[in-house]
Amino acid sequence: MATRIHDNPNDPLNPDKLDPSILHDDTNYASSKIAFFQYISVAVFLFLIAGFWKLQVQNNELYSEAADRNRIKATPILAARGKILDREGRTVVDNHSSFSVYLSRENLKDDHLPAIAAGLNLDLEELKGRLHRFRLRPKYQAIVIKEELTPAEISFVESHHDPDTFPELELVHVQHRLYPRDNLLAHVIGYVGEVTEAELDLADFAKYNQGDVIGKAGIERQYNETLMGVDGQRQVVVDNKGNEREVIGYKEAEPGRSMQLTIDLDLQIVAELALEGRRGSVVAMDTRTGEVLAMVSRPAFDPNKFAGRIRQKDWDEIMNNIEKPMLNRAIQSNLAPGSTFKPLVALAALENGIIDEKTTFTCNGGMNFYGHYHHCHNKRGHGTVNLHQALAQSCDVFFYNVGSRLGIDKLAALGEIAGLGKESGIDLPFEYRGVLPSSKWKARTLRQQWFPGDTISVAIGQGYLTITPLQLAVMAGGIAAGGVWQRPHLVKDPARIEPRKSGVSMESINQVIYGMYGVVNQGGTGGVARLPGVEVCGKTGTAQLASNELLKSSSRLAAELKDNAWFVAFAPRVNPEIVVSVLYEGGGHGDQAAPIARDVMKAYFDKKNRNVNRLPTLALAPHGAKGFAN
Amino acid sequence: MASYRSIKDLDWGLLLIALLIAAIGILQIFSAGQGTKWKDLWWKQIIFVCVGLVLMWIISSVDYHTLLGQVPILYGATIFLLIVTALFGVKIFESRRWISLPGGFLFQISEFAKLVMVLLVARFLTELRTESMHWKDLAKLCALVGVPMLMVMKQPDLGTSMTYLPILAMGVFLAGLRWQYTVLIAAMAIVLIPSSWFLLKDYQKSRIQTFLDPSRDPKGDGYQVIQSKIAIGNGGMWGKGVTHGTQTRYQFLPVPHTDFVFAAFAEEHGFVGVVFVLGLYFLLFMQIVQNAQTAPDRGGMYICMCICATLLFHLLVNVGMVVGRMPVTGIPLPLMSNGGSGMLSVFMMLGLVNNVRLRRFVN
Repeated sequence: MATRIHDNPNDPLNPDKLDPSILHDDTNYASSKIAFFQYISVAVFLFLIAGFWKLQVQNNELYSEAADRNRIKATPILAARGKILDREGRTVVDNHSSFSVYLSRENLKDDHLPAIAAGLNLDLEELKGRLHRFRLRPKYQAIVIKEELTPAEISFVESHHDPDTFPELELVHVQHRLYPRDNLLAHVIGYVGEVTEAELDLADFAKYNQGDVIGKAGIERQYNETLMGVDGQRQVVVDNKGNEREVIGYKEAEPGRSMQLTIDLDLQIVAELALEGRRGSVVAMDTRTGEVLAMVSRPAFDPNKFAGRIRQKDWDEIMNNIEKPMLNRAIQSNLAPGSTFKPLVALAALENGIIDEKTTFTCNGGMNFYGHYHHCHNKRGHGTVNLHQALAQSCDVFFYNVGSRLGIDKLAALGEIAGLGKESGIDLPFEYRGVLPSSKWKARTLRQQWFPGDTISVAIGQGYLTITPLQLAVMAGGIAAGGVWQRPHLVKDPARIEPRKSGVSMESINQVIYGMYGVVNQGGTGGVARLPGVEVCGKTGTAQLASNELLKSSSRLAAELKDNAWFVAFAPRVNPEIVVSVLYEGGGHGDQAAPIARDVMKAYFDKKNRNVNRLPTLALAPHGAKGFAN
Repeated sequence: MASYRSIKDLDWGLLLIALLIAAIGILQIFSAGQGTKWKDLWWKQIIFVCVGLVLMWIISSVDYHTLLGQVPILYGATIFLLIVTALFGVKIFESRRWISLPGGFLFQISEFAKLVMVLLVARFLTELRTESMHWKDLAKLCALVGVPMLMVMKQPDLGTSMTYLPILAMGVFLAGLRWQYTVLIAAMAIVLIPSSWFLLKDYQKSRIQTFLDPSRDPKGDGYQVIQSKIAIGNGGMWGKGVTHGTQTRYQFLPVPHTDFVFAAFAEEHGFVGVVFVLGLYFLLFMQIVQNAQTAPDRGGMYICMCICATLLFHLLVNVGMVVGRMPVTGIPLPLMSNGGSGMLSVFMMLGLVNNVRLRRFVN
């Protein structure tokens, strides 16, 4: 084959030796085919350039963002929440440092998950579920998978987050919420927790991001904006292995602001101890300002269990507890107030001229009204009693008579001014309103006419009437303050709200206060609340949960539905400063609640006296100057 | 003998365009290699270009008719070396494509086989005296090209073996084929290509599936294409500037010095740079086509056109791949991708083209 091309194989470079009949021929025949190939070439180039046009010119922004997502990694710098202090600046809620581990999902390999879960003592399924919930967040945002790492877990992360093992792990220093021990002030403070998916769907929560820790209850929720602060961020450029190449952005976290409560820890502790082991609530309030000094609800919960992500076991335990420890009974229990309501009935009757201090009714242990026989709590009867005696002895028959003469709507008018049947406006979420019955209320809610017989029950704090312990404190505090009802509040100096003034005459007020003084100091039902040196005024209440007929039919029910004991008191009688309301669920009789109120008031006045005695010495001692000693 | 082979007669346009493209490639390899283990590759590339120029000169000096005359020997040597590769070759990434040479160089026979295929097709078709090919000749030529092609495919190196096809196709196209044959071949292709699916290896199947849907496997096969498209799109109209392409610099773009060199270039120089370089390639190809048109005989024309066809195929598959319009195959971009054998074989092809040009005034 080769020899056919060359005449002389020894001289291969000489083309003159080539046979032109074989190799030298016309190439023109191919010119149209070459032209065709040129068109093909043009088409290929246009095809390729169109590809670049689409990526680089049309979709430049899209791909630039994708490139940024590749290289820019943002890790949050978590803002510490503001502290919560008591009225004297003592720390109630603080933060403590801990480490959380974050998972970056950009380079996440699914087969790493079992080992990561094992190293961090996490449940694999829970971890996967968490990743699933976060799937819609931008991939460059790392998500927290475990908080409060133990030293062993910290060292696991530190020894495994190198590029070759689990580069997706990241250790982040966080400020963790630290609540008081022994459930102190739990219901007031509330707790924080991670925002849930259901919450994120709500308009109020739209400003939060998945993974944010927000206040869920109590002050933490109410003042979340103030307490929360703004997370900072650190932006770094990483390469494909996840190694940091440079820091391109750093935004400091803005810590949340601290808040000072009106709560006095000394008083709070006394109130908590006094109620310990019982079901109920204590509210202590400054009658002059509406500042809440103590607020207790029992049983309570440990907010520390909620401070990060609560364990399922703890959650179930709290939620399945029939005693409802999460309920803040001070604002979330709607119960009949019993006889603690009588001072308001008396006040309304005095104001409306139904009675005066001389008006008397005779109690024979019960009385017939509108075809029904109504018992007095004293079966033997109180005899003939005036207002002072009726309040001191809590005579039901007296108030049946007053109520039936007064009528429900006049009572309700004053009740509304006193803050019943509506939120007190305290700075806590989820407050209950209670029910202040009136003919209008009954027509609206029950679509029934108001019967005069309904008023008889309401006059002794039963029937449709329900209130919260806080409402009781506000109601009594307003009477004590001379008909000036303050808005209760928990944080110092919120926007000042003008108190509601009733225009009630001081004469009527004094009549009622005198009766309440008798309750404690003149052989009344609340004698146990007496304090040496302080004129305490109060009112007991024993509220039935079921009618006597029903209780007789079931002894088991009788044990479970023991009467609620109420007591509300304020002191001193002249220029009162503090009002305390106590609810002792199932306490049986109001005098069971009275010692609790007494303890709180005693603590208040003991402390006040200590401070009064101490302050001048503190002020004078360093100077020793005579001029100050006046 | 030297009268028509003066320096003046060299195809200076072809050479300058080729060197310009190669220089841009070196710049890109330099840029992409900054701070990586590939940071020294750019000067190796310079050496390859220099060696390539020498080889180009040597190839130009030997009359291509002589080379055509030596086709049987060259073909035999190629087959032999492919067998050597298969038996003693160096295995990298599960494929045996290289013969180890003293001095640490790896020699890829399949790259140089392209030249032999060009000469083979040119020689075979010039010996045919008919206006269109007889089916027996067609079968013979297919068999001759098919043997080395299958051997390369078995290395396995599907990409390189595919580059022999445009040489064959261009030859047959120019030699002329009766339309009945064309229809028959097209029909066979329609039947055979789907059935060849079952002959493909798993990684090849997954590459094709990934090409059709890159998001199918964004961490694996799809990763390269996705990152390449991000790099290109990130470049925008004017590019990020040399060494400032983040996809390239932070190594999200895989192998930015070899198969994906054009994506790295597109990120740093933008659409404008892309059009400029593609324009240079277009000029290069048209220069080769012009040499085919002025070739003194069919042999020269076949050589130029077959070279042009395979280079265009390289460009289409490589650039099409980085821009996401072609499946991922390991076909390098001529003159730009880092790699000695590929660079040398391209310069040798250009040497052949130049060779044809030098002899265009004969008779």
